Amino acid sequence: MPKPILTINNLTKTYGKNVIFQHLDLTVNEGDTIVIIGPSGTGKSTLLRCVNLLTRPNEGQIWLDDLEITAKGTDEDQVRQHIGMVFQNFLLFNHLTALGNVKLGLTKVKHMSDEAATDKAMKELSRVGLADRADHYPGQLSGGQQQRVAIARALAMDPRVMLFDEPTSALDPELIGEVLEVMRQLAMDGMTMLVVTHEMGFAREVADRIVFMEKGYIVEEGSPDEMFNHPKFDRTREFLWKITELYGKKEKEAK
Amino acid sequence: MLSWLGYFERFGSAFLRGAGVTLKLTAIGLTIGFCLGLLLALARSYGPKWLQTLAGAYIAVFRGTPLLVQLFIIYYGLPEIGIAFPQNIAAYLALGLNSAAYQAEYLRGSINAIGSAQMQAGRSIGLSKWQTITYIILPQALRLALPSWSNEPISLLKTTAIVFLIAVQDLMAEAKRAATTTFDFVGTYLAVALVYLAMVFALDALLKFLERKTKIPGMDIEVHR
Repeated sequence: MPKPILTINNLTKTYGKNVIFQHLDLTVNEGDTIVIIGPSGTGKSTLLRCVNLLTRPNEGQIWLDDLEITAKGTDEDQVRQHIGMVFQNFLLFNHLTALGNVKLGLTKVKHMSDEAATDKAMKELSRVGLADRADHYPGQLSGGQQQRVAIARALAMDPRVMLFDEPTSALDPELIGEVLEVMRQLAMDGMTMLVVTHEMGFAREVADRIVFMEKGYIVEEGSPDEMFNHPKFDRTREFLWKITELYGKKEKEAK
Repeated sequence: MLSWLGYFERFGSAFLRGAGVTLKLTAIGLTIGFCLGLLLALARSYGPKWLQTLAGAYIAVFRGTPLLVQLFIIYYGLPEIGIAFPQNIAAYLALGLNSAAYQAEYLRGSINAIGSAQMQAGRSIGLSKWQTITYIILPQALRLALPSWSNEPISLLKTTAIVFLIAVQDLMAEAKRAATTTFDFVGTYLAVALVYLAMVFALDALLKFLERKTKIPGMDIEVHR
């Protein structure tokens, strides 16, 4: 019996009259990689931001393990330590080196000693292949390297689950691969991941389940094989065909 | 018109003393202004609604009325309700309180430019709001503010000249005394203008140095847009 790490129940988010999504249910089991796909504006990013408590849902509950994190009086800072987040625009701390970026949470949130934090941070930087860039500032790194530092920064906190919000969308085509490779490795190491992306190659190869969202609803979810080869709904087929076509074109151009 | 050399021989030490007072006024006014200005900027950006309004009102009042009026209220007005300050303290207060309003606006602008994205990034690794402000927002916002904020020390240094009106013995007061002794108004004030100019040049060089020193490697502009 797989153990659920993240349970989303009947989640609704609206901004005024504008409904982002409603009555959403999703379970992420330990070690799973869930890829969320769908057209822009369907609430995929907002869903991740709800999970990380960067925004509050109007209705519904989210559980991290056995803790309802949407409950009133939850210590948000405490919860966020256990949920890693990787943003589309990297959002590194530009005044700190790569090492400083990864270390900050360790010294200030986990209150580790400087030495222990440096050790741990270097380990995470090695994991994303950037140990030799530890003393570089974000402005001295390529986009792909910056995003890998951002992944190391999140990993350093030893999160229960990692959220990726279109982690390669702001990258040049030739830099996407190195970031996806790090994510693929993470998934293989058994990290629990919830990934919003348009990278269909990644979804097909790495995802345990693909969730197709549109207009605030989950249209369909299933294994990559089910979704790509036997989708139940025409809309899923249409979207996947369109985006795979686009992705294929981009690949050809890159070559 | 006295020769320059003779002039500085006669009034050099008085000018030097006055310049010292002027620099002290600038330094203390700037420090008070910075500390209070930073609090005001943080209050406006992150405070609860009522505090935002209060900080906004402070800035509106202190930017909206002449410094001279503020100085006279503090020095001549407040004693009437039993709060009396010596001249130099009244001068520090007026300069500091006034400068705070301007510095708050410089800082608020750059805090907003660093923006909510960096706040989210900080919060996402479990830092609290105030930890994020301390370790992430302010180190970047202060650097970003520096080039435009550099106007403030220079402007303040020259503005201190009005405090001779409440008999603080600054450079301007020494100049006035020298001018009324020699009746050489052109020469005296030109000489004093030169002293001010020299101080501004030195201050400017110091600020440029500070800007270079705090520059983040790899960033021409510190903010990621």
